[in-house]
Amino acid sequence: MELDVTFLSRLQFALTVMFHYIFPPLSIGLGALLVFMEGTYLRTGDKQYEQITRFFTKLFAVNFALGVATGIVMEFQFGTNWATYSRFVGDVFGSALAAEGIFAFFLESGFLAVLVFGWDRVSPRMHFFSTIMVSLGSIFSAIWIVVANSWQQTPAGFHIVGEGVNARAEITDFWAMVFNPSSIDRLVHVILGSFILGAFFVMSICAYYILKKRHLAIAKKAFTIALVFGAVVSVAELVSGHFQARTVSETQPAKLAAFEGHFKSSEGVADMWLFGIPDEGEERVKYGIRIPGGLSFLVHNDFGKPVTALDSFPKEDRPPVVIPFYMYHLMVGLGLFFIALTLVGLYFRFVAKTIFEKRWLLRIFVFAVLGAYAANQAGWVAAEVGRQPWVVYGLLRTSEGVSKAVVGEQVLASIIMFSFIYALLFLVWVFVMNSKIQHGPEEASEAGVSELGFIETAAEASVPGTHSMTLERDSEITEAARELRSDEEEE
Amino acid sequence: MDLNIIWFGLLGVLLAGYAILDGFDLGVGILHPFVRNDTQRRILMNSIGPLWDGNEVWLVTFGGALFATMPHAYATAFSGFYLPFMLLLCALIFRAVSMEFRSKVEKAWWRKMWDYSFFAASFTATLLFGVAVGNSIRGLPIGADKEFAGTLIDLLNPYSLLVGLLAVALFAMHGSIFLYLKTEGELQQRVKGWMWTTFGIFMTVYVLTTIVTLVTLPQVTRNFETMPVAWVAVILNVLAVANIPRAIHLGKPFYAFASSAATIAALVFLFGMALFPNLIVSTIDPAYSLTIYNSASSQKTLGIALTFAVVGMPVVLAYTAIVYWVFRGKVKLGKFSY
Ligand code: HDD
Ligand code: HEM
Ligand code: HEM
Repeated sequence: MELDVTFLSRLQFALTVMFHYIFPPLSIGLGALLVFMEGTYLRTGDKQYEQITRFFTKLFAVNFALGVATGIVMEFQFGTNWATYSRFVGDVFGSALAAEGIFAFFLESGFLAVLVFGWDRVSPRMHFFSTIMVSLGSIFSAIWIVVANSWQQTPAGFHIVGEGVNARAEITDFWAMVFNPSSIDRLVHVILGSFILGAFFVMSICAYYILKKRHLAIAKKAFTIALVFGAVVSVAELVSGHFQARTVSETQPAKLAAFEGHFKSSEGVADMWLFGIPDEGEERVKYGIRIPGGLSFLVHNDFGKPVTALDSFPKEDRPPVVIPFYMYHLMVGLGLFFIALTLVGLYFRFVAKTIFEKRWLLRIFVFAVLGAYAANQAGWVAAEVGRQPWVVYGLLRTSEGVSKAVVGEQVLASIIMFSFIYALLFLVWVFVMNSKIQHGPEEASEAGVSELGFIETAAEASVPGTHSMTLERDSEITEAARELRSDEEEE
Repeated sequence: MDLNIIWFGLLGVLLAGYAILDGFDLGVGILHPFVRNDTQRRILMNSIGPLWDGNEVWLVTFGGALFATMPHAYATAFSGFYLPFMLLLCALIFRAVSMEFRSKVEKAWWRKMWDYSFFAASFTATLLFGVAVGNSIRGLPIGADKEFAGTLIDLLNPYSLLVGLLAVALFAMHGSIFLYLKTEGELQQRVKGWMWTTFGIFMTVYVLTTIVTLVTLPQVTRNFETMPVAWVAVILNVLAVANIPRAIHLGKPFYAFASSAATIAALVFLFGMALFPNLIVSTIDPAYSLTIYNSASSQKTLGIALTFAVVGMPVVLAYTAIVYWVFRGKVKLGKFSY
């Protein structure tokens, strides 16, 4: 059987970029929160903020290392698997990637060293400066990579030179390339999405400590910072997403139609599906609930105007519908959930002032971070699959972008290799993060703390009927946890 | 001098920067199995702990710059070297995470596992870099369509493996001198022995490679006829190599380190001389070779990228200097160490 290089290369790209994208949003989001926390320490002199910063710095470092390790794969994969694409776009896309190296990665990695290892070597001010530089660096890198990706979505500032297989895009206007129609919208959206993840990550760990009655003072402070920050960015993300959807309706109408399952223009007014099951064969959404005219309103501020539907495009130019539809709805649904959750949190924190006794709410916060990871992934999947069948929108098809010198067996081999390595890395990452979280911030020892693992607690909280307020540990420890512990005793 | 030539030079600078900086931490990785106990292993890892990530960015930036300025060379080389390249990526991943994970758990088997992977990854990465350089010097079967037309076996030829070994010996020597600067006491005495051993191995392989290159690949010297100034680099190279044992003997490890850095820079320069104006030489027909002209981006992009380099590189050098300054001196294990 002839292995399909295009399909396998897509699979590999999706696998590696999605794995990479587990780490960057946390580096960006947590980096920004570290700036807040350390800044608060310098301003107030409150040692507890220093402990918080030091603790999250350790988690940040582990996460960052994986971001770097998986990012290098991305940098070279354009050449290995997408050689024809690289020849086509090198002139335009390459400059953004080179800029990322020079302006962002050096900044991040250089000052990361001071952030992680420099506590006792530099003055507090210099340390704070390094924290800011690392955070800025991660944002710069997001800027350049999102510019590069946005150019693929909405190309601008270039002209095509040569014909047929020799055609390539050459830059004519650098700033038009950088500020292509979608870059600003998408950049804001991606960065806010990362901030959301950072906020929920901190809230998750702090909520866990509060549930376990460990590091209480520190955890409450950090939780409050992250909650306020998380609420602001969650609301902002909805606004940003709305503007983005409008841009998509102008620049990539087929994609928006796929997001919304808008198959037929004969329907006139376009509805918005709250949920449903799109059926590509029958070209309609089944079993759904809709807001009549909702999509028309979103796009035109008018419930009565029609919106371009999928059948306005030739079959070979239509994106798949099922994946973008679900992923888009998942992302938006989670976005609304984050807004609701953080508003409830704000109410119980500042108005009712009882949040730290509301165990059910804290339990939700322990888990909500998974939603933030999912929303970030879902957003990218919707945007990228919705761009198909083009790798450079309207100019180069994905199937035309692959390497000619590479055969299917090779790609299959590398996919197997990456799957294996990434599965291993993922497990080790979870394990190391968990043991760091277990260890907790350095502070005066606390007597009588629970020793339940983070994951065990999470598992326990997901089992209905364990919502007891007591801390009688033995009755709560699951079988798995007991085994784990006896393993450790043997060592 | 046109933009294409300037970029050939700048790519050389990025490559040399990478080889000098990541060279010593790859070297430390290669030497990693040869120390006695856990504390010494940790000292080795921590000597490069704050530095390796920044060093690796030189490679990332080299890749980005190659993509931007010579996209055809980027596309041909990376898709042509597909499997070796995947292996290289795998090695780079393991290097990064071995350091990050090793000291996070106290158990012996855990640490041993990451020790092995750290060594294996450093060794493999270095070897593959050398093999890539060797193949570039020999030339590759490139067709009229600018695509690689060979097989994996073509890439694993004896000459390229020899250059791979040269890279391993060179980085091991470079790394041992770096470690000598960073350690003290009993460990430093051990490291001193390594400096001599690795220097001996390096010299042997270096002389052998030079002879084999001159005999079997005479075309590498053709640029010297038109550019006699290049002989200066050859002389500097010989002097730098000769200065390494002298500086070690005189107890001036810093000069030894500077000399081995200069040796690496000179070797990268000679590599560039062997290629210029080609980036990838075709063994099928010289007319198919990828040169700095037929594989380049437009003049406009080369200009933009040059602006980036002119604005960005001084800043990069400034904070690289800050970081090396902050972490100067002997390694001490502390609360924040690996
Ligand atoms: C929105 C942000 C974002 C996105 C979409 C991507 N990355 Fe990334 N990348 C980062 C944000 C980031 C970061 C925050 O800067 C990282 C992650 C954590 C870190 O350590 O740096 C990083 C690390 C990182 C590194 C290692 C840098 C180093 O050595 O310090 C490389 C080479 C890349 N990335 C390249 C890519 C490529 C080629 C991508 C596209 C296919 C990509 N990244 C998607
Ligand atoms: C900013 C950098 C990028 C990010 C974050 C990104 C993100 C993603 C994500 C999340 C997917 C998964 C979609 C899926 O599961 O199907 C994906 C798929 C893909 N991406 Fe991108 N992408 C980026 C840049 C690129 C570039 C530069 C290319 C050009 C080669 C590319 C080509 C592809 C291809 C071919 C797929 C597979 C699509 C499919 O599954 O149908 N992406 N990308
Ligand atoms: C609250 C309602 C939200 C709306 C209306 C919305 C809207 C959108 C739209 C229209 C796109 C596609 C843009 C394109 O293809 O060019 C998108 C992409 C994306 N979304 Fe959202 N979004 C929302 C919430 C979120 C949340 C909560 C997150 C993450 C925490 C998130 C993360 C992303 C990411 C990472 C992408 C891919 C990058 C991009 O194309 O910008 N979104 N979003």
